Amino acid sequence: MIIKNLTCIECPMGCQIQASIENEKCVDVKGNGCPRGKIYAESEVVCPMRIVTSTVKTDNGKMLPVKTSMPIKKAEIFEVMEKINQIKAKTPVRIGDVLKENIADGVNLIATSNIN
Amino acid sequence: MKKKYDIIVIGGGPAGLAAAISAYDKGAKSVLILEREDCLGGILNQCIHNGFGLNRFKESLSGPEYAFRFIDELKTRNIEVMLQTTVLSMREDKTITAINSKEGVFSLKAKAIILAMGCRERSRGALNIAGSRPAGIYSAGTAQKFVNVKGFLPGKKVVILGSGDIGLIMARRMTLEGAKVQAVLEIMPYSSGLKRNIVQCLDDFDIPLYLSHTITKIEGDKHVTGVVVSKVDQNRQPIPNTEIHFDCDTVLFSVGLIPENELSKSANIPLSPNTRGAIVYQTRETLVNGFFACGNVLQVHDLVDFVSEEAFLAGAYAGEYIKKANKGRDAVDVKNGKNVAYVVPQKIDKNIDGNVKLFFRPTKMLKDCTITVKCGDEILVKKNKKIVAPGEMETLILTKEKTDKIVYEIEVLVEGDI
Ligand SMILES: Cc1cc2nc3c(=O)[nH]c(=O)nc-3n(C[C@H](O)[C@H](O)[C@H](O)COP(=O)(O)OP(=O)(O)OC[C@H]3O[C@@H](n4cnc5c(N)ncnc54)[C@H](O)[C@@H]3O)c2cc1C
Ligand code: SF4
Repeated sequence: MIIKNLTCIECPMGCQIQASIENEKCVDVKGNGCPRGKIYAESEVVCPMRIVTSTVKTDNGKMLPVKTSMPIKKAEIFEVMEKINQIKAKTPVRIGDVLKENIADGVNLIATSNIN
Repeated sequence: MKKKYDIIVIGGGPAGLAAAISAYDKGAKSVLILEREDCLGGILNQCIHNGFGLNRFKESLSGPEYAFRFIDELKTRNIEVMLQTTVLSMREDKTITAINSKEGVFSLKAKAIILAMGCRERSRGALNIAGSRPAGIYSAGTAQKFVNVKGFLPGKKVVILGSGDIGLIMARRMTLEGAKVQAVLEIMPYSSGLKRNIVQCLDDFDIPLYLSHTITKIEGDKHVTGVVVSKVDQNRQPIPNTEIHFDCDTVLFSVGLIPENELSKSANIPLSPNTRGAIVYQTRETLVNGFFACGNVLQVHDLVDFVSEEAFLAGAYAGEYIKKANKGRDAVDVKNGKNVAYVVPQKIDKNIDGNVKLFFRPTKMLKDCTITVKCGDEILVKKNKKIVAPGEMETLILTKEKTDKIVYEIEVLVEGDI
């Protein structure tokens, strides 16, 4: 069994978590201040996932802030960034509008601001 | 044009938005927000990363999403907003002089004023670095505006001085957009940013963080070509023969924020040398009657959730203020004790009902510590904490029962291992 030290990134508390790993699986979690930390650690030791935030151009010249609707694989961040940089959004656009479906593993790219 | 308002809020960032909503909900009939930019939301408009609103909404929102939650709330109320309007000065009688392109220079009068002007970044001028002043040097906030609002990447090879959150966020942002971030340098032996940002902005992209290091020379004639970095001793002095060289075309500074209080000075509002914001009671009223302050203009917050919380408080008390005559004050002072850099509020008025939440920062990182609030020799509150750091604001609640016991002043102190 190996113990891996992690910092939970789910909230600003930044709890120091000790994850016990056996056969590439997390079997025990200590140090988490809340249940979200356990979920984070279990995912982090198997396949780290991150929400990606960025911007895309719009047809009126303004930049539109965007994010992936769910966390994506950390290893795929740069691939997703390449796809994001090819998108041009039509205005008007509202928070939550889908700009690209399935940008990675069933995750959509959505707008996080309103532009009229 | 209307000239008289119950309440005028200066600044339409998260603090101004929440303060206006809360003052209106307390019964203020005419509330006006003055904002110099062309939209509401303040600095949140350029903070496109997520992590906002975890306390308030139990969701991880981006800056603009957080701002729109409040802008949408504002729109359901009869609150006036004047955009692209800059306040130039104020007087103690609550007259405001402002300017915009439609009215030119004009004046307004309010029964109460809420200050919500936010903060600005400390400039490079505060630091003393050898070298000429080549192009390619920006504050992290300016770079954030370039990349996120204007859609323009200021450079390809970057060194960041200071490990404040904005610097860390920009390290990741520029990396995602194709730049190479060579290093983040921090003169202190600890980072001033949140731990989660070290993990998700630096570690995720193998960006090295050098603690106890600073830039000692910036190279380049017209444009930055590189920097020389040295390790520093306990007194933050560069240690000879520890130089490391980095090639770069861009240097970002993330060396702290200062409340923007030029305006407050025009109304003779006393400021605290520790926070650089106004001295306030727990109601967030300053020492000049009818002037309230909240958000980053009062104290630099790490989390926007606390900004909103503080602004709701200020707005509510401003709403009360215009309704009824002041009971008169019975005020005690809140002192910074051992290892405490500042406490807000600086004064507690015992005539005000309700609990008092103290916000404070330690002067240094301490482990296994006890936080104590004392009145003379009597201990009012004692709390244990695993770790405290200047980069993370602490809070403590004093119940009414405790504040009633305070005689003359209280002291907040932190003791622990270094
Ligand atoms: C560059 C930068 C990046 C930041 N990034 C983060 C982050 O990633 N996460 C986080 O939690 N916090 C971040 N912060 C902290 C952030 O500022 C606060 O969380 C929050 O936005 C503060 O709200 P506020 O309303 O007090 O100030 P602001 O959002 O700064 O709003 C102040 C408003 O007042 C207006 N104003 C100022 N002076 C005048 C005047 N004279 N007349 C009219 N209007 C005026 C300004 O235009 C502005 O809109 C950042 C701060 C800065 C400076
Ligand atoms: S474990 Fe819970 S409390 Fe600790 S950082 Fe993670 S989300 Fe926050």
